[in-house]
Amino acid sequence: MYNGKYIIPGIVIFVGLFTFPFWSNLLTPKYERPQLAMPADQKECIEPAEYMRAEHMHILDVWRDQALREGKRAYVASNGKVWDISLQNTCMKCHANKADFCDKCHNSNSVSPYCWDCHVAPRGNQ
Amino acid sequence: MSTTRRQFLKIAGLAAFGLGTSSALDAADAVAKDMPGAKYEVGEKHLAAKRWAMVIDTRKLESREDFERIIHACHTVHNVPSIPNKQEIKWIWTDKYDRVFTDDMSQHLSPAVREKDYLLLCNHCENPPCVRVCPTKATFKRADGIVVMDYHRCIGCRFCMAGCPYGARSFNFGDPRPYLKDVNPAFPTRMRGVVEKCTFCSERLEVGLQPACVEASNGAILFGDLDDPNSPVRKALAENFSIRRKPSIGTQPGVYYIV
Repeated sequence: MYNGKYIIPGIVIFVGLFTFPFWSNLLTPKYERPQLAMPADQKECIEPAEYMRAEHMHILDVWRDQALREGKRAYVASNGKVWDISLQNTCMKCHANKADFCDKCHNSNSVSPYCWDCHVAPRGNQ
Repeated sequence: MSTTRRQFLKIAGLAAFGLGTSSALDAADAVAKDMPGAKYEVGEKHLAAKRWAMVIDTRKLESREDFERIIHACHTVHNVPSIPNKQEIKWIWTDKYDRVFTDDMSQHLSPAVREKDYLLLCNHCENPPCVRVCPTKATFKRADGIVVMDYHRCIGCRFCMAGCPYGARSFNFGDPRPYLKDVNPAFPTRMRGVVEKCTFCSERLEVGLQPACVEASNGAILFGDLDDPNSPVRKALAENFSIRRKPSIGTQPGVYYIV
């Protein structure tokens, strides 16, 4: 091949760099779902765990608008149970361990919501 | 059968289009959903009114301690920091007659009235200028007349501070938390870069409580429905001469002063 001694190593280096995400992913340890600290005295959250895992930010978003703008501060869950709409006084009463509940999952997923710039984190955490 | 270049490109284009739309449809499916069967309702103990209003009986507020007790009650409940300079945050405060009732043209006012302190707070206007100027609808007027803020939406432009004729709004030039001694864990604080003001204790009305200043005033501040002739505010207004701040500008304040 014409100029093969340059082209073939060049292709090898190019393919190596191009596939970097794939092989670096194979070499690094596999992502594991973080072990979260669940509230000891409560069996279930306001809605099923799968729904809460996927949609908790959506629920907080709607809660904020309903409470603040519509003046509706009672959430009737799909199982009929009624909850006060409040991040600090309802959510964090059970999930008092913010570091091992919110933060653990958010950190491992590289998301940094700024809830706690204003909202007061539970005392049990400090 | 051999494929021409033209046919190949057609099929490749269609396939790319199909792949693109299917992923877009997947994305549309992934939009957050409410839990089926869940509902939002007003709380059991919530206090309702057509138009919340306040009457401050200035004759009953004499000493500095009276004012301090009321201000302290409000500011501790709502995590209002005490910043000792021009960047202060105030939800409820005091000032003298000539800076409170600026429309009053009387030249020879009784010295007792002129020298007195008056309690000031957000007037929760019928026509709130702060709501008109807010570019993000962070400040809004509820159906019951209370003017409140959604701090999540405040971008800190301070138009509302320029719009408010009563100076009822304060801006957080820095993080307020270092200036808070004891944080009330039941209420949020604010962050750097948002405006804040009195909420008429809308969060306390939701759980059946009177505003913090009313509770701490020993009867000097009355609170109730302005549209209900039997409410304590309407009774007090019917029996006494009352004034409001800057009535000539047409904001229709919801805070009345008995002088």
